[in-house]
Amino acid sequence: MILQALAFYLFAAILLVSAVVVISARNPVHSVLCLILAFFNAAALFVLVGAEFLAMILVIVYVGAVAVLFLFVVMMLDIDHAEMRQGFLNYLPIGALVGLVLLVELVIVAGLWQYEPAMAAGLAQPVPPLDVRSNTAAIGDVLYTRYALLFQAAGIILLIAMIGAIVLTLRHRQIKRQRIGDQVRRRPEDVIRLHDARSGEGV
Amino acid sequence: MAVGLEHYLALAAILFTLGILGIFLNRKNVIIILMSVELMLLAVNINLVAFSAELGDLVGQVFAMFVLTVAAAEAAIGLAILVVFFRNRSSIAVEDISTMKG
Repeated sequence: MILQALAFYLFAAILLVSAVVVISARNPVHSVLCLILAFFNAAALFVLVGAEFLAMILVIVYVGAVAVLFLFVVMMLDIDHAEMRQGFLNYLPIGALVGLVLLVELVIVAGLWQYEPAMAAGLAQPVPPLDVRSNTAAIGDVLYTRYALLFQAAGIILLIAMIGAIVLTLRHRQIKRQRIGDQVRRRPEDVIRLHDARSGEGV
Repeated sequence: MAVGLEHYLALAAILFTLGILGIFLNRKNVIIILMSVELMLLAVNINLVAFSAELGDLVGQVFAMFVLTVAAAEAAIGLAILVVFFRNRSSIAVEDISTMKG
């Protein structure tokens, strides 16, 4: 028990430190790498509470796809990073103010909140014991039955995102291609003109 | 859960606030702003999973998966828009994105 608590504090501390580095690093590449570290630690926290499937999905989707996408874009765009940092401190006071207000509000909500008494009786989908059904199988049980429509809607969202990203970034270059129809249809009288060029005058 | 739900809620609150702060601080770099949005969505996911584990209700994890899906789609579209914008303007500062300003 104490070991799990220690693991929680370790992962939470690394998560918060790497989040701070994400928003304050000078070099965007460092930001992306720290974002990956933050996602890894969040996945570890998910494992701690017994959500293994989500932890693995987080590692695969975020670290494997999203963070690498960020890394690609950061390295692809040719940006002057020193210039990027200008005005960093201009927004610090208002940003810190808004962040502080938000944090205080969240802490107030987290401190004063309590359960509805009838809540424990009305669980939508109780977690089955681990020896009966693993976390992944249990999620599959509920995801493919009760939430099948939402699952398909999520798939459509991903499809639309994919099509949108392709449509946005596709560049139509003017490429010369051979068009056989035009070549066959081409007739000598359309393209050849005969001139009588006298000597010394040109056409 | 080894530690109380409050610890997870506090962690998620701090992470969300860091995301907000990142949006305010990095006005020159849209990539960092997108990363801050990802951090905020991660905080939301931590909240959902923590409540799911505390209550013993599986739906929280299912919903966290949908949040993850939307976050991935948002990152893809956002970065695509960013690449197109950089191609046209050779800048990704927020101040330069003012074409639609009235």
